[in-house]
Amino acid sequence: MSATTPPDTTAAGPATAPPPSSFFRRALRQKRFVFGLAGTVLVVLFAILAPFFAPYGEKQTAGPPYSKDGVFGTDYIGQDVLSRVMHGGQEVLTISVLATVLGMVLGILIGVVAAYAGGWWDEIIMRLNDVLLAFPQILLSLVVLTALQNPSAWVIIVLVAAGHAPRVARVARGVALGIVSRDFVVAAEALGEKRSRVIVAEVLPNMTGPLLAEAGLRLTYSIGIVAALGFLGFAADPGAANWGQMMNENRLGLQTQPWAVLAPVMVIAIFTIATNLMADGLAQASQRGDD
Amino acid sequence: MTSATDSDQADHQVRTTGGLVIEDLGVSLTGKDVDVVDDIDLVLKPGEVVGLVGESGSGKTTVGTSLLNYSRAGAHISSGKVLLEDRDVLQLPWKEVRKLRGEEIAYVPQDPASALNPSIRIGKQLVELQQLRGIGTSESRLAAARAGLEEVGLPSDDEFLRRYAHQLSGGQVQRVALAMAFLPKPKVLVLDEPTTGLDVTTQKMVLDTMAALCRTYGVSALYVTHDLAVVANIADRVAVMYAGQIAELGPRDTIFANPSHPYTRALLDSIPHLSQARALKGIPGRTPSPGRRPGGCRFNDRCSFAVDRCRDEVPALREIAPEHEVRCHRVGEIGTWDINIGTVPDADPDKPRDVILSVDGLNVFYGRKQVVHDVTFDLAKGEVVALVGESGSGKTTISRSVGGLHKDWTGTLTFEGRPLATSARKRTSDDRRRMQYIFQNPYLSLNPRLTIEQIIKRPMELFGLAKGKEATERVVELMGQVALGSQMLHYQASRLSGGERQRVAIARALAAEPDVMICDEITSALDVSVQGSIVELLEGLRLERGISMLFVTHNLALVRSIAARVEILQAGKVVEEGSVVRVMDTPQQDYTKTLLGNSPRID
Repeated sequence: MSATTPPDTTAAGPATAPPPSSFFRRALRQKRFVFGLAGTVLVVLFAILAPFFAPYGEKQTAGPPYSKDGVFGTDYIGQDVLSRVMHGGQEVLTISVLATVLGMVLGILIGVVAAYAGGWWDEIIMRLNDVLLAFPQILLSLVVLTALQNPSAWVIIVLVAAGHAPRVARVARGVALGIVSRDFVVAAEALGEKRSRVIVAEVLPNMTGPLLAEAGLRLTYSIGIVAALGFLGFAADPGAANWGQMMNENRLGLQTQPWAVLAPVMVIAIFTIATNLMADGLAQASQRGDD
Repeated sequence: MTSATDSDQADHQVRTTGGLVIEDLGVSLTGKDVDVVDDIDLVLKPGEVVGLVGESGSGKTTVGTSLLNYSRAGAHISSGKVLLEDRDVLQLPWKEVRKLRGEEIAYVPQDPASALNPSIRIGKQLVELQQLRGIGTSESRLAAARAGLEEVGLPSDDEFLRRYAHQLSGGQVQRVALAMAFLPKPKVLVLDEPTTGLDVTTQKMVLDTMAALCRTYGVSALYVTHDLAVVANIADRVAVMYAGQIAELGPRDTIFANPSHPYTRALLDSIPHLSQARALKGIPGRTPSPGRRPGGCRFNDRCSFAVDRCRDEVPALREIAPEHEVRCHRVGEIGTWDINIGTVPDADPDKPRDVILSVDGLNVFYGRKQVVHDVTFDLAKGEVVALVGESGSGKTTISRSVGGLHKDWTGTLTFEGRPLATSARKRTSDDRRRMQYIFQNPYLSLNPRLTIEQIIKRPMELFGLAKGKEATERVVELMGQVALGSQMLHYQASRLSGGERQRVAIARALAAEPDVMICDEITSALDVSVQGSIVELLEGLRLERGISMLFVTHNLALVRSIAARVEILQAGKVVEEGSVVRVMDTPQQDYTKTLLGNSPRID
């Protein structure tokens, strides 16, 4: 055999499978992904750009309380509802996204390490995880927030993330268990790869599908919790516009001025549905790439 | 025997006396004008077993299920007739098809464990089957269930009837499935690889039961399989399928003595024999999938006899002798075939041995359970030692312990005179490099997210053998050695076929420049023609690089062609060992004799 072998075409032949199109393009073929992506982008753009176009300032009074002035009328202290909705998105979205990312990273780390280590480590990590799971997610945040005076946005992010982490960990561990026992992981072990590299290069890339779906779900919950905390009065800045807080402020006038509550509720609903559709589509696209 | 009187029956007579006639059957993909199978003409006479042989992607299972007027999702039966006693199964109303399935045409699936309901007791399932079809009274149903179990050689006492499917062994489950298929006394039986995954002893038992039942009740059977050796043992006639068409059809003895289609010959060339070592040859290329099949003769791109005519003109199935039909333009021109072509001398048992790896007093545990007991053997430089045994014999456990993948063991493992640690992580980097493990299932052993280049390059980087551009060049060179085109460099593993994946796995092992390769059933998930080419490749590597191999397998015939020494294992113990020639020609132990006796053979 010569040292440099010429390209051998006998084995490949003309019958090899077509190249798989890029991951994103495959996802774009899914209707749900396209709808989800469009919805998400629209709400995010709205949250970022709307403050520049708002007819009134964030804390500016536009008329008498609960009047019909403007598109959606005014709220409990006479601020323009449309302007409040336009101003109120940034904080909620930023906090939710950051909390989701942080929670996912922590949870995946816990879950994958537990699954990969196995044995006693798995038991210890997951039982501790179960203890954390026993706390209802919102309760954990409430306990800490009531103890603190003027909590900053970071505290809320960390608290929401801490609530997500054990739940993500369970899912991540379940997914990882099916992968760490596969032979390519064993093969990497036998070659003597570093454990951290086995996790990062061999295990994690094969978990993207289910984890993306989980991320979508977690983002939805994040928004729900952040909005709920706002509703309960635990926002970083009590006077500022905040979709969650708006529901609380205006709920007494629900009968006379429903838009003051409905408008923020609708934006939140559109956003959560859209992010979920998007994550679902991504998960499906990544699963199809497997076979 | 019915088959003797049937031999010269015309089609019409067949129809009135039972049996099944398939005429011009075609199955297409839904929504595309692409044939999965087409132009299938086949007659199943009563009491006859017809073997339908083909590699994966040949459409053999599609033909099998078409007889029940069933096609998998995404495909539909587009043309042809399936005539059972003058009724066309494909034209019957849905209600009658339902009644016909199971009652007149029964189906035994590949994986019986998934065909039996895990939460219903065996006895109830057998009784329910008759209830559903309104056969007999409640007492007679139970009696029939017992009789059915006895026929397939299973106990019929109440204790057995009360069992669940998971309380039976693989062979027992398969025989229960056979009993269920035979209970309504069908006229035609379709068996889809029913013995794949069973040990040879169990396989033989199931096959013998099936053949006896078919002959007793005059049932026609279509036996779908990829295993020519099995067909050689049970079929009366054989149909060889390639790329959705029947390539050759004839009586069993004719097919094996005088195969006339180049594909049939190539298949037979790739199969190892029990009686003599052979230089196995694979078929180059891969089976074309529907829609990608070449024009003219579908085998032309892989055929060593192909001429221009084969590329332009579609050959028809022609009769070249009574009952022997071949789909080839050059059938008269390609000479005769001899089963002894490719026979090579057995490995020399008296060759001097230079031991590189020795295993002494190996005991392996899973938790508290000991699965391997006091196993001792050694491996010389440039030698192949086969570990052979049925499932549960501990052969893979031994190989994993030697490879350092399973660490719960005691005993001594000596590599070039130095003792090795239990787990791969505790061994030195150089020891890890010099001993490489290749896994059974290439679909699991390659990370589907990485490219071929990344996979093969990794051991070089890890062991500091090469990096960057130099490593890429080495990857291309290795791919050439394992017969993979360099255009696959940036393919993801998920795009490759099973055989190509296994080649990548071998290339990955070679990238570490090992002295010992542990091959764990590396061909059992592959088609025979692919197995042939992998064995050919390994033999070349052994001669060229002097690599020693520990070859784990359940296939004794394969051992004869690849190994010099063999260890026969049973329940975690070595029952017989020695040179391949000695053990296989003059076995001393009963267990070895049973294994050899039950192994299907074509020689």
